[in-house]
Amino acid sequence: MKTLALPRQLPRTLPRNYLPVLVTGALFLAMFVAGGIRYEGFATGQIILNVFIDNAFLLVVAVGMTFVILTGGIDLSVGSVVALTTMISASLLPSTPSFLVILLVLAIGGTLGAAMGAIIHYFEIQPFIVTLAGMFLARGLCYTIGTDSIPITDPTFTSIAQTHIVLGPDLWISPSVLIAVAVVVLATYTLHYTRTGRNVYAVGGNEQSALLMGLPVARTKIVVYTISGLCSALGGLLLSFYMLSGYGLHAVGMELDAIAAVVIGGTLLTGGSGYLLGTVLGVLVLGLIQTVISFEGTLSSWWTKIVIGLLLLIFILLQRLIVTTGATRDR
Amino acid sequence: MAEAILRMTGIGKEFPGVRALDGVDFRLLPGEVHALMGENGAGKSTLIKVLTGVYSIDAGEIELAGTKVAFTGPLEAQKAGISTVYQEVNLCRNLSVAENVFIGREPRKFGRINWREMRRRTAELLRQLDLAIDVSKPLSHYSLAIQQMVAIARAIDIDARVLILDEPTSSLDAGEVAQLFRVMRRLKDQGIAILFVSHFLDQIYEIADRMTILRNGRLVGEYATAELPQVELVAKMIGRELAELERLDDRPPARTSDTLVEAVELGGKVAPFSLTIQEGEVVGLAGLLGSGRTEIARLLFGADHAATGTVRIGGEQVSLRTPRIAMSKGVAFCSENRREEGLVPELTVRENLILALQADRGWSRPVPRKKQDELVAKYIKALNIRPDNPEMLIRNLSGGNQQKVLLARWLILEPKLLILDEPTRGIDVGAKAEIQKLVVELSDGGMAVLFISAELDEVLRLSHKVAVLRDRRVVAELPNDDNLTTDVLMETIASGAAK
Repeated sequence: MKTLALPRQLPRTLPRNYLPVLVTGALFLAMFVAGGIRYEGFATGQIILNVFIDNAFLLVVAVGMTFVILTGGIDLSVGSVVALTTMISASLLPSTPSFLVILLVLAIGGTLGAAMGAIIHYFEIQPFIVTLAGMFLARGLCYTIGTDSIPITDPTFTSIAQTHIVLGPDLWISPSVLIAVAVVVLATYTLHYTRTGRNVYAVGGNEQSALLMGLPVARTKIVVYTISGLCSALGGLLLSFYMLSGYGLHAVGMELDAIAAVVIGGTLLTGGSGYLLGTVLGVLVLGLIQTVISFEGTLSSWWTKIVIGLLLLIFILLQRLIVTTGATRDR
Repeated sequence: MAEAILRMTGIGKEFPGVRALDGVDFRLLPGEVHALMGENGAGKSTLIKVLTGVYSIDAGEIELAGTKVAFTGPLEAQKAGISTVYQEVNLCRNLSVAENVFIGREPRKFGRINWREMRRRTAELLRQLDLAIDVSKPLSHYSLAIQQMVAIARAIDIDARVLILDEPTSSLDAGEVAQLFRVMRRLKDQGIAILFVSHFLDQIYEIADRMTILRNGRLVGEYATAELPQVELVAKMIGRELAELERLDDRPPARTSDTLVEAVELGGKVAPFSLTIQEGEVVGLAGLLGSGRTEIARLLFGADHAATGTVRIGGEQVSLRTPRIAMSKGVAFCSENRREEGLVPELTVRENLILALQADRGWSRPVPRKKQDELVAKYIKALNIRPDNPEMLIRNLSGGNQQKVLLARWLILEPKLLILDEPTRGIDVGAKAEIQKLVVELSDGGMAVLFISAELDEVLRLSHKVAVLRDRRVVAELPNDDNLTTDVLMETIASGAAK
């Protein structure tokens, strides 16, 4: 009897899907090694931990963004929601218990996300436009609360900000890093071991097919924007711990950093392919670029943007190459 | 006879301006392969979408195993036991084979997806379909045929009582089709009712027990395959134009004998064919939908790439790489998809009319408004476009008049070869007659026309010679003499060879 499945080629040792993640990992390693050779005092564990400490909020925001991009969407509102969260926290904290403030801002972030997701799905409007509107809305709301920076003096917030969790000799992290890592672990589990997570990939792969296979497409799309909103609010809280202030000009352009981290981490902007590990590496690469430039000392911080721009371009070209060669090979 | 598992009665479905289904009855018995037949636009897809809950029905009722049902979505239909495998494989190619079979109902252990169990059960399921593949690889890794099998595996694992296969064979080769049929027979023996749609008549006669024929959204009838000869099937699918069309005389041979287009062993998406078209000659292409009619047109227009063969236009060998090159050689192509490939609905009649002329001149040399108005007035009059208001938005015109505007757009360029793909489909009888007359006038004026139509009467009435297609192959080229009738054409299409 004829079987259809004759092996078409030798099994590849390396699945194509993991390639971008591996490239990003290799890039991170290479940057770290190069930095260690060039600068004294660079190649220490604390340098990497500092990258986590300084970018914990971005990591959390990028996790939410990964969910959205995996469905083929985009969320431009995250930076503004982060700023709104710091602003609401800073303005309410003097008069409200801190745990209530935390619950409230998370609820606001989640609700904003769910509303945008619902609009995107039910009115069939491009995510770009809907979340752009959300971005202006959230940023505008910041200024209705106040136009100046509001300092945070709440004891809970300041104690979280000042806590050092010692991991070993000369190694420490902030509580925010623990929270960010917990978010990453939880999100990874969700994406790979729950139906909701797999539906995210299915919707991103082919929304029409997902619908015809009887998957809950509407729920999935609303859920990813809700997750992104929640992550933004949580990221906002972490930024509040980091900055100890609320300000309408916090996190300007953070949505773009988050998108850059996700893309550099190997997630396809068209959806359906990518891993959270990649996003983590993407955030680390962005953070390490900043570290390298600060070690260089003489370079303007704008070089960060230039390098990120170049990296983005290279990674998008790389993805395109992988996708097109893959497509011809599969034929 | 066994009790029907599925019974649809008096199904009606309307879309804005179109009655897609009109009082259609349909029934499906357990353990049979039932073919749903009809030309494009006959209502097959609509009927399937109604059955699977993608569309709601406006009239009629659906009974599944004796209970009345009304599905609001594909998921509900699936739960009730109606599974569908669509023409384009509707799976997620980015996911693994195992996931594609089980997504939405993954085996779980303590709320966590049990990947190992999922892979094991998928492998087992695929083994029943004689398929031994690595189920952890992404679906995109495998050929379309295997993807199709995976889709079927998914469908039958959802305890399907009714399995709908919508053109599953259109992209399979003979061996793959044979394997699919083996699987279908096995499922049939298990008592599953299979609804099968295919444009390949041989396949229908090989696998189907009974068939239901639709035409223009209406039921033609239900027949046992063994009792309906192919010729009658084709006749019932295509139907006869009953309306009284203006009689056109039998076509005299084309006056000139100068060869305009000479294609030799030209092939691409169709098997290599040779075809010559004289100046002033109308060449008809006859064949069922999907037989390769449009593909030939697209090859000659440079819209598809030729894999083999050569084309000479006016004695000069040309390489038709793009439509632009073909246009510069005097070829014009009126697509069958008026809405998607032809009209710009938000523009006026005048703007639509001069589009091709403007493109031909290049955007740096706009057509003067006065010349536009002259040309537009001339063609509105010549083609009797109604209403004769050049500033009207084209989407507000009837289908027939839209078609005339499209035709005029190409006629302004004064092409040497005009390719018309289904120019009269979906337009009323009067406009149809006008367009047919126009074709005759153009050819009398020396223009060569390649005329494609599903309606054999029409092809016969207009053409000097007819090329017959079947399964993407030119099977015969028949001169239009006294011996050529629609029956002969049907016979040729059905049998696949000239008598």
